[in-house]
Amino acid sequence: MKIEITDAVWLDDRLRYTLAELADLSGLAESDVAQLVDYGAFVIDERAGMDVSFCGASVDLARVAGRLRRDFDLDAGGLALMLSLLQRIQELEAQLRAVHARVLPTLPL
Amino acid sequence: MVHHVAAARIGCLTTPPELNPGNPSPYMTCAMQLAGKMKYKDYYQILGVDRNAGADEIKKAYRKLAHKFHPDISKEKNAKEKFQEVGAAYETLKNTEKRAAYDQLGSGHQAGQDFEPPPGWASQFVHHGGSGQSGFDNIDLSDLFASLSGGGRRGGMGGGKFPIPGQDFEVAAQITLEQAACGTELDINLSVPEYDGSGLPRRVPRVFKARIAKGASEGQRLRLAGKGGKGLNGGRDGYLWLTISIAPHALFRADGHDLYVDLPLAPWEAVLGTTVEVPTLNGAVRLKIPAGSTAGQKMRLAGRGLPKPHDGQGNLYAVIQISVPTVPTDRERELLGQLAAESKFDPRRHFNREKSVA
Repeated sequence: MKIEITDAVWLDDRLRYTLAELADLSGLAESDVAQLVDYGAFVIDERAGMDVSFCGASVDLARVAGRLRRDFDLDAGGLALMLSLLQRIQELEAQLRAVHARVLPTLPL
Repeated sequence: MVHHVAAARIGCLTTPPELNPGNPSPYMTCAMQLAGKMKYKDYYQILGVDRNAGADEIKKAYRKLAHKFHPDISKEKNAKEKFQEVGAAYETLKNTEKRAAYDQLGSGHQAGQDFEPPPGWASQFVHHGGSGQSGFDNIDLSDLFASLSGGGRRGGMGGGKFPIPGQDFEVAAQITLEQAACGTELDINLSVPEYDGSGLPRRVPRVFKARIAKGASEGQRLRLAGKGGKGLNGGRDGYLWLTISIAPHALFRADGHDLYVDLPLAPWEAVLGTTVEVPTLNGAVRLKIPAGSTAGQKMRLAGRGLPKPHDGQGNLYAVIQISVPTVPTDRERELLGQLAAESKFDPRRHFNREKSVA
């Protein structure tokens, strides 16, 4: 049986996504994405000469936003607040992992 | 580029498709999961409500459980699977027509029990479906109800003519540090719902490899186009989203693309300095330890960490630990006794110097 091999695309800062792509990948409406930009949930790449675009990390965040919107029926303000708190938790978890990596090898996170 | 072919340990999904672990016999696992009758799921029990519960009560129960198990916010064990169950139950019971169809399956079944819908059920609720003798074999009840439009007809294939994108699948995969460093190929082995000729969403195996370039780190997200569910009416196929985690390593701990390794030194090595071999992912290197090194100090081995996805390399940090012989020989004890008698070193002198400031 021949098994197909597929290349995985990294979600990182090398690739840029348009607002329409971000909406398509996340299941959010473009107007929802625009509102979340207004609330500061997503950062626009404002390099000169480029259309409005977003980095790979925004795709991940937008997908979380899409799920939360669908599952909890949140409005844009509540969604933006929730995303901000989730990001804060992720940052703290990353800091905790870093501390464990440096000094506490035997403690699980 | 060297690729390790990995039978990666793969975690759970947030979406209905079942992912079979990449164990030594993944195809067997897949076949075992696919063969069989439809299993009954008690949606009322899952939501913890009575069969006569009203819409508000059902909504309230869903919200409570969704807050508890939503995979984006929950730290509960098996949160994804539990949320998947809760979501499927709510999607069915919140819709009047679907709930009626579900109720007509009967209330005498046990959760997990093999069952067949009663005669006539399929012709009433499922367009074309369920006519054969094994009409509901290899069908997941959640897939079946997800495919109902809510008006008693199938929504999956026939319904509207507007393009519907395929479902996205979420997969968690664990790889080793060595695989992250060199790149790898993951065996992805899914059991996904696909509509058969009669319009029923049957579970079918889907097996492929995902090539992961070197440089993955903990939490890295990857996207595989076209590997999600099939799009309908010209809609694009869904995506498969991979989240990478790094398996614990016996020697190295990862922080992003930097690695940390404990470097035990004997007390005399730390005091006098020495040269030791330090393991790296690419083999041992010799490292000069300066005299007077102390526990907790980190020595940086530039570029010996994990490679970054496109260019650059993390660093390896050797964290000095002072190890002592717990059962010294007589001679060691004698020499250490002499040192203790001769040395003026006081490691606790700051206890007397550092008073609290009012």
